[in-house]
Amino acid sequence: MSTHTGLPAKRKAPGSPPDVNANKGRRRSPTRVNPALYLFPLPAVAVIAFFLVMPTLQAFQYALTDWNGFSAAFNYVGLDNFIRAFTNDSLFTNALMNNLKFVLLVVIAQTFFSLILALLLTKNSRGSVLLRALFFFPTILSSVSVAFIWKFIYDPNFGLANAVLGGVGLEALQSSYLGNDAQALYWVAVTQVWFHAGQMMVVYIAGLQAIPRELYEAAEMDGANKWQQFKSITWPFVAPATSIVVAYTTVQSFKAFDLILGIAGNPPKQSLDILSTRIYSTFANSEFGYAAAQSIIFMAMIALVTWLQRRLLRLTPKGE
Amino acid sequence: MLSSITRRGILAIYAVIIIVPLTVVGFGSFKSTQELFAGPFSLPQSLSPGNYAEVIGGQDLGSSFMNSVIVTAISVPLTLFLASLAGYAVSRLKGFMSWAIFGFLVLGMAIPAQANMVPLYVLFGRLGLLDSLAGLVLANLVSTLPIAVFILGGFMRTLPKELYEASSIDGTGPWRTYVSIALPLSAPSIAAAAIFLFVIHWNELLYPLLFIQSPGNRTLPLALLSFQGEFQTDYPLLFAGVILASLPVVVAYVFLQRYFVAGITAGASKG
Repeated sequence: MSTHTGLPAKRKAPGSPPDVNANKGRRRSPTRVNPALYLFPLPAVAVIAFFLVMPTLQAFQYALTDWNGFSAAFNYVGLDNFIRAFTNDSLFTNALMNNLKFVLLVVIAQTFFSLILALLLTKNSRGSVLLRALFFFPTILSSVSVAFIWKFIYDPNFGLANAVLGGVGLEALQSSYLGNDAQALYWVAVTQVWFHAGQMMVVYIAGLQAIPRELYEAAEMDGANKWQQFKSITWPFVAPATSIVVAYTTVQSFKAFDLILGIAGNPPKQSLDILSTRIYSTFANSEFGYAAAQSIIFMAMIALVTWLQRRLLRLTPKGE
Repeated sequence: MLSSITRRGILAIYAVIIIVPLTVVGFGSFKSTQELFAGPFSLPQSLSPGNYAEVIGGQDLGSSFMNSVIVTAISVPLTLFLASLAGYAVSRLKGFMSWAIFGFLVLGMAIPAQANMVPLYVLFGRLGLLDSLAGLVLANLVSTLPIAVFILGGFMRTLPKELYEASSIDGTGPWRTYVSIALPLSAPSIAAAAIFLFVIHWNELLYPLLFIQSPGNRTLPLALLSFQGEFQTDYPLLFAGVILASLPVVVAYVFLQRYFVAGITAGASKG
């Protein structure tokens, strides 16, 4: 965008055909586009069109049918699948509510937590760099591996969590964790934050390091305390990082499919069923049409929640 | 903003929360079930590879490991190749076409894999790609091409256009310019994208779960998942599987840490 600044007059020229103000007018032939260049994106465009765009459009078509995936015959049932999902399928509404709760928990906890870690590790000292590498580490593991590690931590009889609590005399806090249907989703949320907080911390550190130090020095001279400095310098300046962290965490926790299957088994019990696992179960049950309708609701949910967050984040004061 | 002692305290506690479970898993993979339950934090009595022998040979994780190696070794370079071709074209084309191609390719990031699994399954069935490693390679390509184009195209657009113009004055064709100018100059972003894709493809679970039926075609994450039912509480065996499945990524992380952080953060900051 900054390249425009050199040519303000040319940009404004009224009625000029668009290809004339191609970057530099001095040599015409070398800047002309070689038609062979259009061949380069062709493989990628073909793959995306055929295997991503077309199937996604087809999902809308399947969603209006009662197709079971195998028989040649099926009927168009209009919006029945969508109506069924919201009014007549407690498994689906249960998964939807679980998923929204899970997203809310993880987004709040992970954003807060990764910001704290980033604030503590902003400086590039040797210790900070080492700890950043450590905190980032879980992100690279597979979800199934992380699920197995935490299954052992949460094991009610032999698990680490209860062993540690017992060791320090806090038997009262011992729990059956995943076995307790009222708590299970919270414990999986803890696992998800352990899994990815380090990744979001790195996003925050990049944002924090871009804040000019002079601002803090000036604020200090004006007698602002640390909390005031955070509120009026740090928080507004990391707003872009916050919106990245929130958006990414949202999509990530909507799609926590692997982690849920690893920690809760396939199919997961009701208290741990989320939208993606429910879609998979419906699909595995040969209800292709209904599963397609559920996936469209799933996509719409992600879009809706992301949009709501953008609006909410815009409401927070941005400072100067 | 926090006193030095509080800061150290928080960091130390979190470090413990990360390190302890990982250590328990590492030690535990050499223990028997009784030994693990009796003292989860203690060093293993011996470094007997019994659990590893059991998962690799007995449970055939060895062949799943090879399947994962084959799929990842093909799908990562393939995705990088297609994405860099597209990114290169986008960086050289101008105006609407450049914008339209980039937009079309990158839009796919908004479609979650779980959302189109039904039609993709049907399509792969018609093409005879179910239950094959080739199908998994293609699925990895489809699901990560948009973000790879986003990372590589985004970087290549920042390369100075003069470089391209100079080489086209010399009469060099676009392919030569791609190979000898665009690719070498984009090396840092290609490395970051390669790491990002490696982690995603190596850990991919959804597509193997959807497509693979024969045990002989399982990749590591799918094979691990199937352990869960069979060895409900045989944690040492599960841990040996976890270590085996994580080893390549961990080794890469130790040596290429800088690119990991760059790649996975670039993947995250798609906004």
